[in-house]
Amino acid sequence: MATKATQADRHSELGLSEDDLMAMYRTMVEARLCDEAQFRLNRQGKAPFVVPVSGHEACQVATAWPMEKGRDIFVPYYRDLAVCLAAGMTPKDVFLGVFGKADDPSSGGRQMPAHWGSRRLGIITGSSPIATQIPHASGIAYAMKVRGEESVVASWFGDGATSEGDWHEALNFAGIHKLPVVFICENNLYAISVPLSKQMGVTNVSVRAEGYGFEGVTVDGNDVFASYEAMKDAVERARAGDGPTLIECMTYRIHPHTSDDDDRTYRSREEVEEWKKKDPIAGFGAYLTEVGLLSEDKIESLRTEIKDEVDKAVQEAWDAADPEPESAARHVWAEDGELS
Amino acid sequence: MTEKNIVQTVHDTLWDEMKADERVLVLGEDVGARGGVFRATADFMQEFGEQRVLDTPLAESGIVGVAIGMALHGLLPVAEIQFADFIHPAFDQIVSEAARIRYRSNGDFGVPLVIRAPYGGGVHGALYHSQCIETFYGHVPGIKVVVPSTPHDVKGMLRAALRDPDPVLFLEHKKTYRLIKGEVPDEDYEVPIGKADVKREGTDLSCITYGLMLHLCLEAAAKLEEEDGVKVEVVDVRTINPLDKETILESVRKTGKAMVVYEDNRTYGAGAEIVATIAEEAMFDLDGPLVRIAGPDIPAMPFAGPLEHYYMPDVEGIHAAMKELAEF
Repeated sequence: MATKATQADRHSELGLSEDDLMAMYRTMVEARLCDEAQFRLNRQGKAPFVVPVSGHEACQVATAWPMEKGRDIFVPYYRDLAVCLAAGMTPKDVFLGVFGKADDPSSGGRQMPAHWGSRRLGIITGSSPIATQIPHASGIAYAMKVRGEESVVASWFGDGATSEGDWHEALNFAGIHKLPVVFICENNLYAISVPLSKQMGVTNVSVRAEGYGFEGVTVDGNDVFASYEAMKDAVERARAGDGPTLIECMTYRIHPHTSDDDDRTYRSREEVEEWKKKDPIAGFGAYLTEVGLLSEDKIESLRTEIKDEVDKAVQEAWDAADPEPESAARHVWAEDGELS
Repeated sequence: MTEKNIVQTVHDTLWDEMKADERVLVLGEDVGARGGVFRATADFMQEFGEQRVLDTPLAESGIVGVAIGMALHGLLPVAEIQFADFIHPAFDQIVSEAARIRYRSNGDFGVPLVIRAPYGGGVHGALYHSQCIETFYGHVPGIKVVVPSTPHDVKGMLRAALRDPDPVLFLEHKKTYRLIKGEVPDEDYEVPIGKADVKREGTDLSCITYGLMLHLCLEAAAKLEEEDGVKVEVVDVRTINPLDKETILESVRKTGKAMVVYEDNRTYGAGAEIVATIAEEAMFDLDGPLVRIAGPDIPAMPFAGPLEHYYMPDVEGIHAAMKELAEF
């Protein structure tokens, strides 16, 4: 199917094919439907704790997309369900984690859900303390440089993370050594309840890049193309040896911080409704409709198809084996005792 | 065999490892042009270049954090914390990250990282250049904590640490750096992590210790044998975690009396765990009370000579306690 040649074409000049566009859209919808399913499971008492992604799908998928799987390294944080789907995780992987099953690829049911990790997929294991993963990204980038690889590492985090000392120390180190790393701030205006105005004395996180000697850019994080373009440029720069970039994607989380949060205590319903009108999936769907890749019917049928897949993944994960209690004592130390 | 002091042994062992394996690199404050404030990496930058001998920004959490990243991506970093007293900003990276990455990823990831830190007092270092920090990390499964105290053990354990697939906190007592000399075999060898060592054999009581205190205990034991014919067995713990309970218990079962000597604050110190282990597992082999000698429970070591002396356990005190226990 050829896209309609219209003034609206924003993808061709970015080098995005129709297959890319449809795959990106599909990943975004998949993330949204995983979110809906995990909240449903939470209310049913089947999932004790879930971390929502809804609202962040565009900036997550768009910034993960220029990364080369099998070569580049992903260092996400807990909200990055869509980053991890783009990196190669499946909805079943997600729900194995939600239910804490033995085959949860991130941790075998050891960590809370949304603490992603997979050596096979190049996703570095993460913890709950904020911003501790960002120095890891800088260290990985340093190792890439020492080893003469032309690979890139990207690290994602929220606006609250930028207040941590580790964030500063990681960006400072990356700037000194001009490392092949991209720092992506998913700025959703709140760190749980604390608004941006109480988090920092500047309006935008991206201005801080100047303090580290590299470029910072702020983009509309609900716009797939703006986010993709910034990341594409940043990855090219990193791969060419021209150092790090800080990308700030302005976005909004539609749900509370986690299933244990009540966002009515700190933000108005009107504000949330206003942002829902800027839903990134609806916006991208409208674009794809305009260029002739989607229609109202197609959007609906695609949603039904993906929902069936997600429901199937939920069921399979629910039926999967729990970890053996005694396995809790394993993997404190390397089991073969050998350095590889 | 070559006679060396401790810091020279650290230097030479690291040098050889850098030569032998290009994955090894050192990073920390002043490790490059300055060669380390204790000269443990003197001339490294000239020999191995700036990329593998990395002067870092003054930020301890960042040092450990980027080192973890390097270890996750195929390098074997040796991070130097200039003084153990300054390791505290890196607590989160060491405890939440390095020590837990293997466990939390169900064995998918490992962190082959060595963190070196000069620790301990008796050098007029006052509150912030004298601290013992081993207990903070000894409490955490997932990171090994070692305290070698002779040049022989320093070489063997540093080589073992670099070959360990898990993170190792390698503590060097800074007063021993130039004070303690010993024969170091020229050939390659490793001293296994997790194995204590009987440094002086005896039959009358067991003295379990590590670090600078090992040397004070050996001196006190020699004096006691010479003056009173009492044979004290001195056990060098060498590894705080995982603790070699077998060697400790074997000695205690043989002698029937045990004292533990450590420089750290007494309460909840590593010696408390050793005493608890003996009480749990060898109570009925004991012919006398369990004795602990340790630093007092004051926040840290003060500067002025008399104040520092008040803090540090000394040979006279250890000797007197040994004698009293032997006579019990």
